[in-house]
Amino acid sequence: MDHYLTLPGWGLAVFQSLLYIALAPLLVGWVRKVKARLQNRHGAPVLQAYRDLYKLLAKEARVAHTASPLFRAAPYIVFTATWMAAATVPLLVVDLPTAAIADIIVLVGLLALARVFLALAGMDVGTAFGGMGASREMMIGALAEPAMLMAVFTLTMTAHSTNLSSVIDHHLAEGFILRPSYLFALGGMVLVAIAETGRIPVDNPTTHLELTMIHEAMLLEYSGRHLALMEWAAQVKLLLYGTLIANVFLPWGIGRGMSAAALGVGLAVVLAKLAALGAGLAVGETVLAKMRLFRAPAFLNLALLLSLLGLLSHVILEVGA
Amino acid sequence: MSLTLLPLLQQLVLVLAAIVLFLSFVLLAQTRLISAIHAFAWQGGLVAAVTLVVAAAGQMPHLYFSAALTLALKALLIPWMLHRLTRRLKLERHTESLQSPTLVTMAAVALVIFSYWLVLPMIQAELTFTRNIVAVSLAVVLIGLLMMVFRTQAVAQVLGFMSMENGLFLAAVSATGGMPLVVELGVAFDVLVAMVLFGVFFLQIRESIDSLDVDRLNRLRETPGETGAEGQ
Repeated sequence: MDHYLTLPGWGLAVFQSLLYIALAPLLVGWVRKVKARLQNRHGAPVLQAYRDLYKLLAKEARVAHTASPLFRAAPYIVFTATWMAAATVPLLVVDLPTAAIADIIVLVGLLALARVFLALAGMDVGTAFGGMGASREMMIGALAEPAMLMAVFTLTMTAHSTNLSSVIDHHLAEGFILRPSYLFALGGMVLVAIAETGRIPVDNPTTHLELTMIHEAMLLEYSGRHLALMEWAAQVKLLLYGTLIANVFLPWGIGRGMSAAALGVGLAVVLAKLAALGAGLAVGETVLAKMRLFRAPAFLNLALLLSLLGLLSHVILEVGA
Repeated sequence: MSLTLLPLLQQLVLVLAAIVLFLSFVLLAQTRLISAIHAFAWQGGLVAAVTLVVAAAGQMPHLYFSAALTLALKALLIPWMLHRLTRRLKLERHTESLQSPTLVTMAAVALVIFSYWLVLPMIQAELTFTRNIVAVSLAVVLIGLLMMVFRTQAVAQVLGFMSMENGLFLAAVSATGGMPLVVELGVAFDVLVAMVLFGVFFLQIRESIDSLDVDRLNRLRETPGETGAEGQ
């Protein structure tokens, strides 16, 4: 792994991290567009998410007079932690110094850090909605994290490494193999991703209805650049999960090495995969209705069960013989 | 033998067997009767698919017949009969929630681990690719049993019983390349007759206790009022 820790390697890692924050609004815009078309609406242009961020960044940030310094610091911490987590997921090429120094458990930890500060900021001002949203977010987080880790362990048991680069390398070296454990881990991971990124059927990203909102409830007091950073962090998180699913379970096409051709092909393939995933998400959000909040534990139990079955079927069907 | 060395068809068998196991969990936790019947039909269809792939992978032509029989019986005929029965008993919208679904699911997971532990010596003794499906099929059988224990609704209990039979069939196909045709026909006929008898039985239970909740069969007297009357 150490031979990735070179200057061009770091350059590439920085470029890829910048690409993450540059592409994140595009994915959200794409999902919104597809969803609008599916609902027979014309929909906002795909680039609308960028314009929203630009508008918010240019606006003045107002802070409630009861807010503590934590309230001002939280957007920066949440954004940075999510961004750092994203930097460890290979987007274009496999061999990255960021992936070499941080494995998938660090990724889960960074996302947990972002979630804790998001929830703290939600409770900081002392409004009812903020606290309610924070408590809901922590409930979903507490249920989703075991399922996510279980799915991750299924992957790492196969590849004998918790490092994402080695996991992907292992898959590419192995070629196409039908693994029952991966099928279950994929199912579990998709459910966790839906819950964690606050999409239908767990949370509705477009609603401001007080009874149902989770993520939005914590952001109600934010404005201006703070709000922009929070929303941007949520978009990066969606892109992170999309890339994780696309590149770990279907790694074919990802670049290896640092040539321009590998980078170009890697970018084109990952964009195609993400576009397909985004369209799938839009279809899912169109055909499903949002669940009651108290159904969310059952949803995440299913995710945990799938991940657990993935682990078991790995042990029973893939190692035993 | 590791999975990477197996041909694609045999990997497919493993994937299908794993999905059969997952459908057992779905059956166990499904609260809607109609959805549970659909899950059972899918399970039957998957068992038929496993049989088909084993037949194709192992060059065992007599298994094609078993696959066709399983598909016709377990994926189409029995689910259809159950469907008709639930419609006739006006149970289409019936839902039944388990007392503690998480606990039951965890018990089922424990059963999977237990059956793996039970089969472990067998896997180590003899190595053919389908041996380790035996653990899965044993787990399907045990989960069917668990379903019959925890479900109080008679139709759901029958589904548990039938899924036990699915597990047995899966074990037979994967471990020994199917049963002799005569035995297979006999079992298929038995299951069919059992289904018809269950149907008659449901109607009888329904008529005598006005419900299909078999927990009510434990009670000797219907109401405390009658007890008082008989005591006098």
